[in-house]
Amino acid sequence: MIIQGLTFYMFALIAIAAGVMVISARNPVHSVLFLILAFFNAAGLFVLLGAEFLAMILVVVYVGAVAVLFMFVVMMLDINFVELRQGFLRYLPMGLVTGAVLLVELLVVVTGWHFAPGAEKAAAQPTPDTVTNTHALGGMIYTDYVYLFQAAGMILLIAMIGAIVLTHRRRPDAKKQRIYDQVTRRKEETLEIRKVEQGKGI
Amino acid sequence: MLEIGLNHYLVVAAILFSLGIVGIFINRKNVIVILMSVELMLLSVNINMVAFSSYLGDMVGQVFALFILTVAAAEAAIGLAILVVFFRNRGTIAVEDINVMKG
Repeated sequence: MIIQGLTFYMFALIAIAAGVMVISARNPVHSVLFLILAFFNAAGLFVLLGAEFLAMILVVVYVGAVAVLFMFVVMMLDINFVELRQGFLRYLPMGLVTGAVLLVELLVVVTGWHFAPGAEKAAAQPTPDTVTNTHALGGMIYTDYVYLFQAAGMILLIAMIGAIVLTHRRRPDAKKQRIYDQVTRRKEETLEIRKVEQGKGI
Repeated sequence: MLEIGLNHYLVVAAILFSLGIVGIFINRKNVIVILMSVELMLLSVNINMVAFSSYLGDMVGQVFALFILTVAAAEAAIGLAILVVFFRNRGTIAVEDINVMKG
C-alpha cells in the first residue's frame, strides 16, 4: 500500500511538473518533449488504476502519433518563436487568475461530493474479477459498443482524409510520370513527316 | 496520506485541466502551444474518466475514455493540418494574424 501511494505521488507530481513546463517552456520543441513526459506519467497513473490497456493505448497513440505529429510540425514550420512569445508576461497575471479560480472551483467540487448509495450496484458493465482488463474491454467494445467503435473508426478515417486533402497540393513544375498521358499518346499527335529540300533546313 | 483514494486522482486531473486553461491564456499568440494545452486538458478528462471507472467498478468509463482518445487524436491531426496549410498560405501562425474571416 505504501509502495502504491509513493508511486502515485511520483507519477502525479512528475505529470504536473511536466504540464507546467509544457505551457511555460521557451522553446516549443521542449514543450513537446515535456508533453510526452506528461503522457507517460498519465499512463503510469492509468496502470495504477488498473486500466492497463488504456495506458498502453495512451503511450502508442499520444506519444507515438500525436506528440510526434506535434514535433514534426514544430520543426517543419519556419517560425520565429521569440516573436510569438512577446506578451507572455502581459497575459501571465490574467491567465494565472483564471486558472486559480477554475482550480479552486474544481477543488471545491472534488472535495465536497460522495457516491450516491447503491452507485456501485448501478454499474452498467461491472469490472470482472476473473479476466484481464484488456480481455474485458475487448469483450465489451466488440459486442455492446460495436456501433460506437465503428463510429470511432469512421471519425479517424474522416480525420485522415481531411488531413490529406488539406495538406496535399499539386505542384505543376514537378516532373512526374503521368501514365494516362503516356497511354493515350497517338502517332498523329507526336510524329510529323516533312519533306526537307536539299541544302536547306526546316 | 499514503492511502490513495478517488479524490487524489480527481485533484491531479483538476490541476492538469487548470494548467491547460492557463496555457491557453499565456501562450495566446502561439497556436501550437494552444493545441498542446488542449491535449493536456483532454488528458486530464481521461484521467477523471478512468479514475471513476476504476473506483466505481464500471468498465464503461474506460470505453468512453477510449473514444475521447480517438477524438483527441483526430482533432490534433486536423488542427495541425490546418496549421500547416495556413502557414503555407500566409507565412505566419500568430493568432492575431488569423483574421481573414473577420470573426
